[in-house]
Amino acid sequence: MSATAENHASHGHDHDHHHDDGGHDHGSFKSYLTGFILSVILTAIPFWLVMGDVIADKTVLVLAIMGLGVVQIFVHMIYFLHMNGKSEGGWTLMAMLFTVVLVMITLIGSLWVLYHLNTNLMPMTVDQIKNLP
Amino acid sequence: MANHAPSFTTPGGEPVFMMTDKDHHPENGTSLGFWIYLMSDCLIFASLFATYAVLGKSYAAGPAPKDLFDLELVAVNTAMLLFSSITYGFAMLEAYKKNVGRTIVWLGITGLFGAAFIGIELYEFSHLIHEGAGPQRSAFLSAFFALVGTHGLHVTVGLIWLVTLMVQVGKHGVGPANMRRLSCLSMFWHFLDVIWIGVFSFVYLMGVIG
Repeated sequence: MSATAENHASHGHDHDHHHDDGGHDHGSFKSYLTGFILSVILTAIPFWLVMGDVIADKTVLVLAIMGLGVVQIFVHMIYFLHMNGKSEGGWTLMAMLFTVVLVMITLIGSLWVLYHLNTNLMPMTVDQIKNLP
Repeated sequence: MANHAPSFTTPGGEPVFMMTDKDHHPENGTSLGFWIYLMSDCLIFASLFATYAVLGKSYAAGPAPKDLFDLELVAVNTAMLLFSSITYGFAMLEAYKKNVGRTIVWLGITGLFGAAFIGIELYEFSHLIHEGAGPQRSAFLSAFFALVGTHGLHVTVGLIWLVTLMVQVGKHGVGPANMRRLSCLSMFWHFLDVIWIGVFSFVYLMGVIG
């Protein structure tokens, strides 16, 4: 069994030199470690902000959490998913940008439409029910 | 492939077809295709996030995030997923070095972190349901279970895939076919970690601050 595995492994190795490069970046120990340390920091800060009641202003707190989240997503994209403008001739980046546009339309569109729906179909308060004609 | 052509049968006499049309495939076609799949998966999560964003404040006089979420547990859970991300990275690095044994060990460690994540999440879910805060309690909880549950389901599928690949790598080593599978799972696994960033920021942290 292990001899077979060995054989296959060396075969793969041999094979690999002919093909698998194609400008494909697969990271190094250092880049993985950098990504990991950055994402630990970027995870720890928002948890600390919320659990330690550091920022009193809710708007600032929400913006800080969202900002740190977005930065961490970029860190993961670059260091773990090895995204760059060159992989697959730029098609991964194009697909991702297209997806980001669709995600934004979905999120902002849903919130926008349903916010207006909620305002226009406002539920009655207790006072309004009491004063019904 | 011409230099491998003579080995069309195994010593047992079975024909080997797997390499014959390899040259006709565009290089890295699989990883672009898998990336497109991940982007479509991203849209599923976008609609679940949108649902949560719309319904997340509809408590139906039931419990709010502040009463339910245990941030320390979520922090531990997040750590599990982060650790599993870097250990998967180490597994990939060992796989590129064609080191079969160490690849399997790192994949195993990744699997343990992933299993811990799922275990903690199931504990949280059962705790919520036990408290009467199940998905049928309010629109907020329906949206919460749909979003977080879908993510958990993805991680579970990733775990099954991971165990499958551990067996595959053990049996066949890290040849081009297994490298392709390993890098697809790598994308899947890191992608789920990216989704989790959205979940813990948007659902848990923002939920607790109200």
